Amino acid sequence: MTFTAPEIDYAALSPVIALTVAVCVVLMSAVIRPPRRGAPGLTLIALATTAGLLIWNWNEPVTLVSGALRLDDLAIAISLIAIAAAAFAVLLSIREPAADQAGSGEYHALLLGSVLGMVLLAQAQNLVSFFVAIETLSIPLYILCATNMVREQSLESGLKYLIVGSLGSATLLYGMAFLYGGSGSTDFGRIAAGIDQAGLIGDPLVLIGIALVAVGLAFKTSIAPFHQWTPDVYEGAPTPITSFMAVATKAAAFAVFVRFFIVALGGEAGDWQPALAVLAAVSIVVGNVGALGQDSLKRLLGYSGIAQAGYILGGLVVTSEAGVSALVFYLAGYLFMNLAAFSVVVARERETPFGDDIRAVRGLGEERPLLAWPMTISMLALAGLPATVGFIGKLYLIEALVEGDYTWLAVFIAVGTMISLAYYLRVVAAIWMRPGEKAAPGAAPAIAGAAPEADPIDPDAGRRLYLVGPALLAAAGAVFFGIVPQPLVEFAQHAGASLF
Amino acid sequence: MINSLLWTPLIFGLAGLALPKRLAGWWAALGAAATLALAIALLAGFDSGAPGLQDSYDASWIPGLGVRYSLGIDGLNVFLVLLTAVVWLGGTAFAAFREQERPHLFFLMLLLGETATLGAFLAQDLLLFVLFFDLMLVPFYFLFGAWGSDREGGPTASAATLKMIVYTLIGSLLMLVGAIATAIIAADGGQVSFSIAELARQPLGEGSQRWIFWFFAAAFLVKMPAFLLHGWMPDAYRAAPLPVLAVFSGVLAKVGAYGFLRVVLPLFPDATIEFQEVVLVIALASILYGSVMAFTQTNLRLIGGYSSVAQLGFITAGIFALRADGADGAVLQMVNHGLVVAPLFIIVAILAERSGSEDLREMGGMAMRAPVLAALFLIVTLATLAMPGSANFVGEFYILNGLFQEKIVFAFVAISGVAMSAYYALRLYQRTMHNRRPEGVASREIGLGDGLVLVPLVLCIIGLALYPQLVLKRTDAAVSEAVASVQPEAPAKADGITFSTGYARGER
Repeated sequence: MTFTAPEIDYAALSPVIALTVAVCVVLMSAVIRPPRRGAPGLTLIALATTAGLLIWNWNEPVTLVSGALRLDDLAIAISLIAIAAAAFAVLLSIREPAADQAGSGEYHALLLGSVLGMVLLAQAQNLVSFFVAIETLSIPLYILCATNMVREQSLESGLKYLIVGSLGSATLLYGMAFLYGGSGSTDFGRIAAGIDQAGLIGDPLVLIGIALVAVGLAFKTSIAPFHQWTPDVYEGAPTPITSFMAVATKAAAFAVFVRFFIVALGGEAGDWQPALAVLAAVSIVVGNVGALGQDSLKRLLGYSGIAQAGYILGGLVVTSEAGVSALVFYLAGYLFMNLAAFSVVVARERETPFGDDIRAVRGLGEERPLLAWPMTISMLALAGLPATVGFIGKLYLIEALVEGDYTWLAVFIAVGTMISLAYYLRVVAAIWMRPGEKAAPGAAPAIAGAAPEADPIDPDAGRRLYLVGPALLAAAGAVFFGIVPQPLVEFAQHAGASLF
Repeated sequence: MINSLLWTPLIFGLAGLALPKRLAGWWAALGAAATLALAIALLAGFDSGAPGLQDSYDASWIPGLGVRYSLGIDGLNVFLVLLTAVVWLGGTAFAAFREQERPHLFFLMLLLGETATLGAFLAQDLLLFVLFFDLMLVPFYFLFGAWGSDREGGPTASAATLKMIVYTLIGSLLMLVGAIATAIIAADGGQVSFSIAELARQPLGEGSQRWIFWFFAAAFLVKMPAFLLHGWMPDAYRAAPLPVLAVFSGVLAKVGAYGFLRVVLPLFPDATIEFQEVVLVIALASILYGSVMAFTQTNLRLIGGYSSVAQLGFITAGIFALRADGADGAVLQMVNHGLVVAPLFIIVAILAERSGSEDLREMGGMAMRAPVLAALFLIVTLATLAMPGSANFVGEFYILNGLFQEKIVFAFVAISGVAMSAYYALRLYQRTMHNRRPEGVASREIGLGDGLVLVPLVLCIIGLALYPQLVLKRTDAAVSEAVASVQPEAPAKADGITFSTGYARGER
């Protein structure tokens, strides 16, 4: 009896292998060496290696593991965004109380595990790998949200995310079952063919399956009306983890959203396009209106993320190459815009007794210009003002939407942006137009986000390079790609072309 | 050349960050002066007869999205660019003579505003135009919000500014959608191009024009501001620091009117004809409302602000007469109004320093010991009310002339605005400079520094009054072309005039 070993494309699997090894190494490093020392460095090295391996595979699309994964430029682009977000999160986690309490090794290993899930999810081309990846991504995050164990909100955030996340996963799985029933296949490509051959296009059960999958993914991407967990979880989780979730989870979930809906369900596009368009519009309204009255910066960014998810979903709604490119471009821009803001929030959280309250950034323009500028640029970019990547991103999305005959959704984006100015500019006004607030020494900081057992204050946090550096870097990126967008446009076009 | 003109202010602004605080203002003024020198050089090389772009720069910017970095100068914008440079130098120098908080940031924002405004005037790519149009807001948001004054019992400076931003962006974001829609519908599946000249060559179908027209019109009418869309103006004007308000009112409002000529008329000719009367009604309402408000207000800033509403109503009416005459007059009037309103706000600042108030009721008698100030103010006042002999008279004359030929009823209503402007301008002058001097109001001659700012601006007014064809001669060809795109059958200007002054043809 002869046994032929399956051929394994190690080159294309190398990013996944590297991350898997890294998870184990980082976890073991906590056992071998005293905590706090090695783990962040090792994590950064692992992320850099993975990024390098991904770039090495750029522009050579291959199908792996008998069709379960597909490493194309879309997958690579999204993975790179997730990895960059993770690298920022590692820097922001230096001296983060949550990382110390959970154990630095475990904390970073979980982070890497989540990244592994994202890299897999971006490549998933099969219902099984899709579901396994999305769980690999989520489970470490449930734990990471709860790592700041002395703060009740952190625990609450973890539990909430676990429950809502499981609900989302269950819905997703249920939907997958319907689709498997309709097509008899788990492979994305064969689902499309199967539904077509069985003559089930427009069949109610298949449509239910599509709807359930869409709802499951809407939970992950925090699209209204499945967004309720977002502000609470964002607020409660340790801020570096929030920043990572806001950018990376969204990117990875959108990657599979796009791939699944276009590759597997492209034949049904006429049915789901209008529904997703409505979801996008609802998200834009709910997110922007919800953010208006928020005093907590993390909640504000949470709601803003809901609105931004609505904009991004527009790129999928049109189901065109330009749409997917616009989506990838926006996600890449979102990385810069959002991380600049979160870096500043982390710095101010540690520096002032106000936690993530908007009062923490009052008078920042005079006190800490190096933090004030990134925050300002981030807010202006999120609001889509010109000379930032946010403007080009909106331009790209609107162009794709108008081209795809969804001009009304483009108008919605414009209207949403107007509403959003009211809260983004409120932060800018707090930075530049209000004097700073000094907390009375010794007074109990009874403010949102800062329980009596609050984390210790580090009065120099606003000067530390590992906080100011990421903030400046992300802000510089947001401005640079607003003025010289062509490289990022080409990157996004490459990614978008891989599905068509 | 055109590139260095655009970026000089910003480069100076950024370089100024490295200088010590007390030099920041002077450095910025130097930057504004350098920009002015470039603008004058550009004008010197301008050939008055040619309608097309004379100096242009075109480079690929975002090929993936069809956006080009394309600048150009022609008869439509050459004087607006010059106006921008002149007024900005005045405003910057005036601010430099006074102590500013956080001067680095103040002057950086002021100069960023100049670059953005010049960009909006120079852009020949529709999307680049939208980008600069929106970018103009950012520096003024900071300038109004952070250096403005909170009003007792009213909104704070940042709240007033937020209102302004939301109002203006409502227009501009819709304009962004409209611009993209224009290009994509025009491309019809082919290569997307945002070049204004290319888009003008084959206008869209009437149905698309109709809604896109209003997206653009909303942006421009809010910016001016026109009647019903002026809600942001009173609060923002009361909050703004005065030197900034001088450039804001002097130049930014004109970008809206310019947008009609540059974008709306050539790109949406059918819709323009269709909605001509609607816009004319808005323009007339602005004239009447602005004038009436200007002579009932007692706050000096608001008198200036509402008079601008009225003046921009005139300019809009001139453009929407859709006659070469009217549009010629509108362009001249844009320059005139900018040159008049900027010194007006600077004078308001000077008067406020002398009386400690910005209220007309608490002023008076300030001419007594300040003959030079009184004389300068008088010239500005007379120019505001379009005294015959001033360039404003010529501008209004052309506008009304165009309007008479096209819509005689509208012209009669517009004339009442001319009469009312005499009332509010003279009221402003008398109540501040003449009458009895109340306690606590000083009558003091203007200082050397302020004089250095004000006298050249007033000299510009006088110069233009003596020689308005400086503008008319150079703008006529381009303006006629813009208007001709709407009504190709309209008779050429020379035969259309029944009571010509000969200004435009230089026959005086």
